[in-house]
Amino acid sequence: MPSLGTSFGRGGATTAQQDLQFSDAILIMGSSMAENHPVGFQWVMEARQKGAKVIHVDPRFNRTSAMADHWLPLRAGTDIVFLGALINYALTHGKYFREYVVHYTNAGTLLRKDFKDTEDLDGIFSGFDAEGKCYSPETWNYDGAPTTQSRNGKHPGHSDDTGGHGKDRGGEAGEIDQHKEDPTLQNPRCVFQVLKRHFSRYTADLVESSCGIPKAKFLEVAETFTSASGPEKTAAICYAVGWTQHSNGAQIIRAAAILQLLLGNIGRPGGGILALRGHATIQGSTDIPTLYDILPGYLPMPFFEDDSDKLSEYIEKHTPKTGWWANFDKYVISLLKAWYGDAATKDNDFGFNFLPRVSGDHSHFGYWLDMADGKMDGLFVMGQNPAVGAPNARLERKALSKLKWLVVRDLVETETASFWKDAPEISRGELRTEDITTEIFFLPAAGHAEKAGSYTNTQRLVQFREKAVDPQGDCRGETWFMYHLGLRLKKRAAQIPSVRNAGLNALTWQYETEGPHDEPVAEDILAEINGFKTSNREQISGYKELKNDGSTACGCWIYSGVMPSRDQNKALKREPKGRYGHGWGYAWPSDRRILYNRASARPDGEPWSERKKLVWWDKDEKKWIGLDIPDFTETKAPDYKPGRNAKGDDALAGDKPFIMHQDGVGWIWVSSGLKDGPLPTHYEPLESVSTNPLYPNRLISPVADKKERSDNAYAFPNDQRFPYILSTYRLTEHHTAGGMSRLLPHLAELQPELFAEISPELAVQLKVKHGRYVTISTMRGVIEARALITERIKSLLIDGKTVHQVCVPYHFGYKGLVTGDTVNDLLAISEEPNVRIMETKALVCNVRAGRIPHDKNDLKIWRQELGRPA
Amino acid sequence: MSTDTTAFLTDSTLCIGCKACEVACKEWNQLPDDGFKWSGNSYDNTGALGHSTWRHVKFVEGTPEAGIGGNSGEQLPAWSFSSDVCKHCEIAGCLDACPTGAIVRMEFGAVYIQPDVCNGCSYCVVSCPFGVVQRNVDDGRAFKCTFCSDRQRAGLEPACAKACPTESIKFGKLDELTAEAESRLQALKARGIHDAVIYNPTETSVGGIHSLFLLRGDPSSFNLPPQPEAPVIYMKKGWTSAAIAAGSMLALALMSFMGARR
Repeated sequence: MPSLGTSFGRGGATTAQQDLQFSDAILIMGSSMAENHPVGFQWVMEARQKGAKVIHVDPRFNRTSAMADHWLPLRAGTDIVFLGALINYALTHGKYFREYVVHYTNAGTLLRKDFKDTEDLDGIFSGFDAEGKCYSPETWNYDGAPTTQSRNGKHPGHSDDTGGHGKDRGGEAGEIDQHKEDPTLQNPRCVFQVLKRHFSRYTADLVESSCGIPKAKFLEVAETFTSASGPEKTAAICYAVGWTQHSNGAQIIRAAAILQLLLGNIGRPGGGILALRGHATIQGSTDIPTLYDILPGYLPMPFFEDDSDKLSEYIEKHTPKTGWWANFDKYVISLLKAWYGDAATKDNDFGFNFLPRVSGDHSHFGYWLDMADGKMDGLFVMGQNPAVGAPNARLERKALSKLKWLVVRDLVETETASFWKDAPEISRGELRTEDITTEIFFLPAAGHAEKAGSYTNTQRLVQFREKAVDPQGDCRGETWFMYHLGLRLKKRAAQIPSVRNAGLNALTWQYETEGPHDEPVAEDILAEINGFKTSNREQISGYKELKNDGSTACGCWIYSGVMPSRDQNKALKREPKGRYGHGWGYAWPSDRRILYNRASARPDGEPWSERKKLVWWDKDEKKWIGLDIPDFTETKAPDYKPGRNAKGDDALAGDKPFIMHQDGVGWIWVSSGLKDGPLPTHYEPLESVSTNPLYPNRLISPVADKKERSDNAYAFPNDQRFPYILSTYRLTEHHTAGGMSRLLPHLAELQPELFAEISPELAVQLKVKHGRYVTISTMRGVIEARALITERIKSLLIDGKTVHQVCVPYHFGYKGLVTGDTVNDLLAISEEPNVRIMETKALVCNVRAGRIPHDKNDLKIWRQELGRPA
Repeated sequence: MSTDTTAFLTDSTLCIGCKACEVACKEWNQLPDDGFKWSGNSYDNTGALGHSTWRHVKFVEGTPEAGIGGNSGEQLPAWSFSSDVCKHCEIAGCLDACPTGAIVRMEFGAVYIQPDVCNGCSYCVVSCPFGVVQRNVDDGRAFKCTFCSDRQRAGLEPACAKACPTESIKFGKLDELTAEAESRLQALKARGIHDAVIYNPTETSVGGIHSLFLLRGDPSSFNLPPQPEAPVIYMKKGWTSAAIAAGSMLALALMSFMGARR
């Protein structure tokens, strides 16, 4: 979540779901919260009962829209136009919260003279390298910041200094404490004025012509949302993958961050940005990552070319002098101590070189394309069903056949495990079972009630669960599997003491075990994550105790405090108290439920208003107190001014709430940390039926990676063969790729078949009847689905032209009680530059009445239509 | 009406159509699926209450404004949802019709079909004014919501109410929920929702129900009859007709004998 990370300092939702009940307005966009987060949605309902206005912006009128005060259907992929127009509205109608903006954001910071905006350069920022298709962010720096040795962003990984997951923690280690400011916000080179100019063309008229939302309706909603902010009011924004899964997804979220900073809605009750996560513990899987390019706690993974083999130089590179990240060395060294134990000494850089180095794009798509090209031997698939759930699933399934071996661990034999006999490629003759040499191991997994462990939910809340029953037969939990796999690999590595095996040999791998199968005790792992003193293995009480001398070990610094003693597992606590339920689970960091909550008080420490008080300075006690745990040094007075040579947190004044940032303020302007620009700019999706209304010569994001190849082809701009917009989504009744819902009768009966939602206008045009089949095709694949013709999908008027949108849920595959075509066959593998995610929410397609033709003559006609040789 | 009896208050203005109640009910009561048939009717593929569906969320589809949506102010929501269930009538048609005594009234007001006594005659099916009871043709017996009598006896609330994420399904004492429905109605009206109504037919022969509803617009659009009547009210008329018929036949017979004597 580099957009939240760069904007505020931490890559996580700034608020908690329960806090939505205190909102005065809630904008839900890029999410159907009622359908996909029904439990959290109760707090939206609660707010609405109290009079909050709920606004839903989505191509579909769905169950969330039905509960909203306003529904605005927009053309998929025009989110930045809409949000940019809201920003412009707030700026031009004086709706921004001036005192908040002046004190708590970088709006007044001056920018370099040589910076050029997209408005000056027809759709690109200064620093663009057209050959490498990447930016050098040098000119985006604050004026006065020392010149850094910045490289351009051509390296594929996330943790080089132009962005990526490593940036979930904010900008790179630049010294931006010497910048110049204009608190009057008048200087033409200050962020505020640059922002004003940048968004000046994002008008209500543009929203009408480009998003398809009538001007009057937009203005009504803009007034509603921006009026629900200020000292007495707050408004929240909820989003999910409807924003993330775009070729400029990180910038869509950035636009929301800018809007919320301008309106003064961050760190305050009923405000914030709630990033709704799509699966259980997805937040946890970036905190303690399953990603290839970050280490636990958002520490950057060292890169082969770009990072030194010396720990001191790696630390130097990634440590800012001011702000909380000045503690970077303590967290890295404690992590190395947790992993390598006694083998990590000061002399060997605490085992820094045991860590593997990133040598290329090893994200899901990076290695899957390698697999398709026969460059990979084996693969473990756990908690994932890429044969259904991944984009261009046809390519992904075919790539599996190039492996030597494949291990699938799941509750049932998923489509991924049985692709060799059940995949549509077999029936279509693209693959022959007898030709597939992949050796496949299917290992049965344990369900969530059959294993202990923890989830980290959407609001960073770590919740531990105990095992209810033992798994049956050969079924085992993940911890058992990884632990015993580790033991076997270590045993093997011990026989071959090569340099390559040094890390594996040094790895600490002793956990308490229990039961007949030697199951590792999950709480023992949590104890390591929390951290301990290496001398006596005494648990530490929080990350403030971590040291950089090897005397502490900690598996993930942000979780530190979750288990301050062996008999105190705070993630297991179920005694909620107070407004935010402290005592139920443990929210990182330090059980703070609303991040940056120092901003809920005025610079002088008093609450902005009685109605919106959260955390304030107690003059008598001389500390911060309130309804939440202060996300601030508890005893730092509001009038504290740092000394000239102060370092770390001490270098931030008492009125700087964004403590992770070098300058302690929220970043309207992101000078480093994002690969595609310091401000959001509208580009069309990689496949679009329209032209870019702002920059006609710059259709798509200049830095998005299309991974274009013959088996991952794209439609041309304005391709007449694919005249409709396609967007995919999820239903309440099914879970992602369906492996956990399509075989449960009580869920399968609720949504038994794949359908496509089509507007009546398009249905007339296509001569398709309700309930009959339609065939949907893109450059990647073809599927068939039942036509659900409904007024809930609106045809839109875009630039005087009628545009039709087709929406399809993606849950179906070829196994289970209910089956259907795999919608992800239609998608392309593409990479958003920062987080390397694909575009699923806005593509182009063709739709025709009838089922997929199997007759040879039909196929011939089809191929001709697609302009391919018959 | 005893004040200790329990009830549901299903507030359809809070229902988000997630169908968690349907699934929770089926899980707890171990009901079979209804078959995997796509209906094309909104997102509702389970259709109606039946022998294997004891809670059913109805999707009532309106039309969002032409070209642009929004359902603020007076306007009816374009898509409304309501979770239907057995009404557990005070004068229950099914209970009165049951010839074997399989249908009984439980201590907390539930109308309960004892599956081990039911002989599958289906009299209850035609006697229900709400069309709730259905016979399972494979098994022969009639089934409907048990008001989670097993859970209630153990001090637990029914599975549907427990699972509802938005508190659209409330469970509690009948008199308390009746009062709550009234105050909730006033709150909705104060917010400008003037078409909100309580559905609780106490004036008709069913004599009140244990499943109150709060909804917007015409209850019949949610499959709730405006004037539900227990079949028992037709019995007086039926018996009277039968008595008249019997009397006249007797009279005719007597008259014919009298004629013969002559």
